Amino acid sequence: MSESNHVRDIIRNNIKHRNNRLEIIMPKLFLIAGSISIFTTIGIVLTLLIDAYHFFEQVPIREIFSTKLAPLGVNPSFGILPLINGTIITSLIAMIVAVPVGLTAAMYLSEFSSENTRKIIKPIMEVLAGIPTIVYGFFAYSFVTPLLMKLIPTLEPKNALSPGIVMGIMIIPLVTSLSEDAMSSVPNDMREGALALGSTRLEVTLKVVIPAAISGIMASFVLAISRAIGETMIVTIASGSSKNFTLDITQSMQTMTAYIVEFTSGDAGIGTGYYSLYAVGLVLFIFTLMMNLLSRYISRKYREEY
Amino acid sequence: MNHHNNSENNEKNIELDNEGKLKTFFNKDITTKRMNHRILLDKVGKKLFSVSILFALLILVILFYRIGVQSIGWLDLQFLTSNLSIFPEKAGIFGVLIGSFLLMVVVIPVTLLLGISTAIYLEEYAKKGRFQAFVDINISNLAGVPSVIFGLLGLTVFGRLLNLGSSILAGGLTLSLLVLPIIVAAGQEAIRAVPGFLRDGAYAMGATKWTTVRTVVLPSALPGILTGSILAVSRAIGETAPLVVLGIPALILRVPNSLMSDFTALPIQIYYWTLDTVLTPEYANMAAATIVVLLVLLFLLNSVAIVIRNKYQRRY
Repeated sequence: MSESNHVRDIIRNNIKHRNNRLEIIMPKLFLIAGSISIFTTIGIVLTLLIDAYHFFEQVPIREIFSTKLAPLGVNPSFGILPLINGTIITSLIAMIVAVPVGLTAAMYLSEFSSENTRKIIKPIMEVLAGIPTIVYGFFAYSFVTPLLMKLIPTLEPKNALSPGIVMGIMIIPLVTSLSEDAMSSVPNDMREGALALGSTRLEVTLKVVIPAAISGIMASFVLAISRAIGETMIVTIASGSSKNFTLDITQSMQTMTAYIVEFTSGDAGIGTGYYSLYAVGLVLFIFTLMMNLLSRYISRKYREEY
Repeated sequence: MNHHNNSENNEKNIELDNEGKLKTFFNKDITTKRMNHRILLDKVGKKLFSVSILFALLILVILFYRIGVQSIGWLDLQFLTSNLSIFPEKAGIFGVLIGSFLLMVVVIPVTLLLGISTAIYLEEYAKKGRFQAFVDINISNLAGVPSVIFGLLGLTVFGRLLNLGSSILAGGLTLSLLVLPIIVAAGQEAIRAVPGFLRDGAYAMGATKWTTVRTVVLPSALPGILTGSILAVSRAIGETAPLVVLGIPALILRVPNSLMSDFTALPIQIYYWTLDTVLTPEYANMAAATIVVLLVLLFLLNSVAIVIRNKYQRRY
């Protein structure tokens, strides 16, 4: 009797000893690790806000909305409009390339191609998506720009057109894979219904599948815009650092991201110029955050459940 | 064929028209014409869409071809084993490779530890509620923050606040935060794919929560986690902008020997060489050769990921 009690005690002790501490400690450790991501966000927001605040102490807010950007020099001026202009124009060119190509490629993969073709094409798209942006930057500068210069003689060696196009190529896999996901999740019943009524494949795609998948497709476009706005190396290398406020895509333009790179890789030191990085970073952060939230909102709000 | 159809159609029409009323619901002529038109459109559409795919493939081929051609004659053993130099013909990327390698020595343990722990917490421990939803949204937003912004965070927090400067440690920690969302997402997905009955089985045998996670959940989620980790690491190896923002000097002639050394890595070297092609055209060839090395490295990493995914991933 006492013998079996003794054994029970040993087991109980063993279990207590072996597990209790870890059982309590591990969830706490995991929680700490999990909150690192929150601290990262807080860190980003605080970093940007604090140093942007220093910037606005030295520069009146009105000056931001001027079209003159000359951070270095005797009479520095900090208009952000040239940067926003450069960002929007290069992103726009990228979208003009990425949306038609990406969407039609997705339509082909989801609605027209055979299972085997899809098995070959999808990994290739993944390869395109996995190429580092610095490689695309090199490609834009050393191949696409010289090629375009033959077509457009007035094109400058650094311009907005070439990085815009290459950025579009970079984004194609993103648009394709997200749109294809959205289209593939449209149930087959709907396709078959339309086919049974005599529709062709193209009609099914355009009139049934795309309207049903429109939320996912739009969300992919918005994400693509966000990616284009935040893209750095391609525009830094191929679009140069001219701070002119111009709509001429054959000329050099600077984007927000390229401005940040130009200023940190040089010797920014501590001064208004250094703080201006964070003001630009803050604007960039708000732009992309809004795009990401919008994309999330679209795919949630307008999703049709089947 | 069409003629035959037409005559048959006409006969029919005449027959029906004898009574003075139009009994046909449709005119076969017009319908056939429309149908042919629609079928033609369908074919044209299919061709057009496949052109988009071909366009993407073509770009990929041109990109690899161009870079391959430019690297010919420059990518040799000497290029891989000698150190940077201001003379193009003597320069090599040995120090650069070591820099990239040491960066990964920081990135891999930090992201694995933080990423997997976060995924375990979110999937196994967190109560499904506001906090979990908040962390989820937060992570997906972090994934969308441009990498330059992470560079600014690294510059301020690691570089200046913690006084790590532009060392390998500062760069590695910055990159770790950047790729963290990728590992968390992959980990969550892998853990979610572990079926409930495995956990129930462990609990039924008297295992506690942590024992279950350690001995049942993690082993069966491991292939998925590893695949995601490799993808995250390959993202980190190719990332340029945050490191440039940290202020990595353009020319470092010493091979880095500790985590506190200044360094240069493959993508940064490509960046600086590309910028300097205006002055020295040979730098374009060296940038191309470095790109080939980087792409081969990424290719190897991705192949390993695919092998793991195909070989070890179990479906329940």
